[in-house]
Amino acid sequence: MTSLLERAGTQPLGRAKGGETSPRSVLFLLALWLCMFVGLVFLAVLLVQTFLDGLPRLDAALITEYSSRLTPEETGFRAAIFGTVWVIGTTALLAIPLGIAAAIYLEEFADNERWYTRLIEVNIQNLAAVPTIIYGLLTLGILSLMQIVLDFQNRNIVIGGGIALALLILPVIIIATRESLRAVPAEIRAGSLALGATPWQTVWKQTLPSAVPGIATGTIIALSRAIGEAAPLLLLGAVVFVRFDPNGLLSGFTTMPVQIYSLVAQPQEAFRTAASAGIVLLLGLLLVMNLLAILIRNRFERRW
Amino acid sequence: MHLVSSTTVGGDRSSGAGPPSGGPAAPAATGQSPSLRPSSNRVGERIILTVLFGAAVVSVLTTVAIVVSLVIPAISFFREIPIVDFLTGTRWTPNFAVKDYGVLPLLVGTLWTTAIALVVAVPLGLGAAMLLSEYASDRARRVLKPVLEVLAGVPSVVYGFFALQFIGPVLLSGLLGIQVGTFNVLQAGLVLGMMIIPTIASLAEDAMSAVPSALRQGSAALGANRMQTTVKVILPAAISGIIAAIVLGISRAVGETMIVAIASGSIAQVISDPRDAAQTMTGFIAQAATGENAVGSLAYNTLYAVGLTLFLITLLVNVISIRLVRRFREAY
Repeated sequence: MTSLLERAGTQPLGRAKGGETSPRSVLFLLALWLCMFVGLVFLAVLLVQTFLDGLPRLDAALITEYSSRLTPEETGFRAAIFGTVWVIGTTALLAIPLGIAAAIYLEEFADNERWYTRLIEVNIQNLAAVPTIIYGLLTLGILSLMQIVLDFQNRNIVIGGGIALALLILPVIIIATRESLRAVPAEIRAGSLALGATPWQTVWKQTLPSAVPGIATGTIIALSRAIGEAAPLLLLGAVVFVRFDPNGLLSGFTTMPVQIYSLVAQPQEAFRTAASAGIVLLLGLLLVMNLLAILIRNRFERRW
Repeated sequence: MHLVSSTTVGGDRSSGAGPPSGGPAAPAATGQSPSLRPSSNRVGERIILTVLFGAAVVSVLTTVAIVVSLVIPAISFFREIPIVDFLTGTRWTPNFAVKDYGVLPLLVGTLWTTAIALVVAVPLGLGAAMLLSEYASDRARRVLKPVLEVLAGVPSVVYGFFALQFIGPVLLSGLLGIQVGTFNVLQAGLVLGMMIIPTIASLAEDAMSAVPSALRQGSAALGANRMQTTVKVILPAAISGIIAAIVLGISRAVGETMIVAIASGSIAQVISDPRDAAQTMTGFIAQAATGENAVGSLAYNTLYAVGLTLFLITLLVNVISIRLVRRFREAY
């Protein structure tokens, strides 16, 4: 830092000709705003274009019909919608308790000086940046092992999708939970302990309830990421025309993004229209979830 | 650790301007090591703690499982295909009659899409970061930042479809008059770049906001305007954080699957023109993964050999990024 200060001291930064309103300065600011707006315009074009493309197929059949190779004009997302509900439900059941428990350990109990605590922390940072398709390869390996013990032929099963997506979003949930636990002031813990509560009672009855809004927000955002994720599920073989509702953990499935992917690969224009309509449906779902997350954050999150 | 050290801060606050020596002495006075753990002698608490620790260990087990699940099939692959051929071969044709397993075409494909993505995302991301950190009011930042982050929340399959449906035929061929085929690395890279803008912008903004305002004030006192302060003081001061942001963006771009699987084509070839189609590492895995490959077959093992290559590349990139982030955090 000293080098920078010295540099600033010995070499004047140049006189500002005209200060904040000099042409270069104004152009610079304009360029910055342009950088910001390119992304926003791109997003707006994407949303409008997709909506217009999908408009002809935004009908009831889109939700109530199974996908069909024979009648592309009436192909629907019924199996994918049910499949998404099943897989994301499984993902939530696996990832939320595990993620919150790990976060509580790391934030409330772990001794940061120990090597294994630091190993876990670095490891979580690393996991958060592992390509999603690698989780698919991992799950394929896990399912191959499970096939030795359990009797199932098809690897494209709900529990497989759940495991893949749960492992994928675990780091996100852990990081979000830790942040909201960290925001709970120490006085609350100290007060609870001073009244004779055990450390676990303090966590369970005081710290955790205070952190729930933040945890809920982080979890919803993590789940909405899982809903849009297709890459790991491709490896399980989810790109098939599924024409039934999943009915259990060992049932075959497809999900919204995976079915959109499989429709994109079809040559007929009608399938692409259906894909656009499916995207509108998917984005609508994600929008609702994100609004819910924002609502929870604004309504319930406490500031100490 | 967390609890007791913060408790002392709270204690100081409640007792007004207490002597600073009271803080460090507090843990010793209570006779506890700085953790919640030793104060509990109950069996139930110990069991709960063990369960929580187990949950934290799951993340480490995941990493171990990833490495094991990638390495074992990859070893079988390299028994059949010499590793030198894999790394130096220039033909990737596992689905053809004459099978070649040179990974270079896939690496080159990944390099192209990543490079194009960076050309888009680095200037736009840094520009947005500078705007948010140095120019925007608190209110503008509260609106602009979440909106920009929506770009990262859109599912990548949506981006892939948009690249194929709109960016290629309408924007590149139609509006800009660049002749491209249905599949090309240019459209995939452009959209990939848009996707990683928030990653770069968000981390770079954190790094710039972390620069102490004394530097801004000093710069202003020397007569610099805001532009000069931003470019000549803030940017150099935050450079390690900015590089970390870019490196993380690279890692995202290398690992992204759906955009390239949909929009960049499924022909593995070494290309010298971004208007051509080329397959990336992730694109190959997505295309070859049908769920039908028998465990232990060469086709199955090939997926894992490419997956291991991908994992090692992103791991290297991530380690660099984490190192850089740590360094920039320690700077002030």
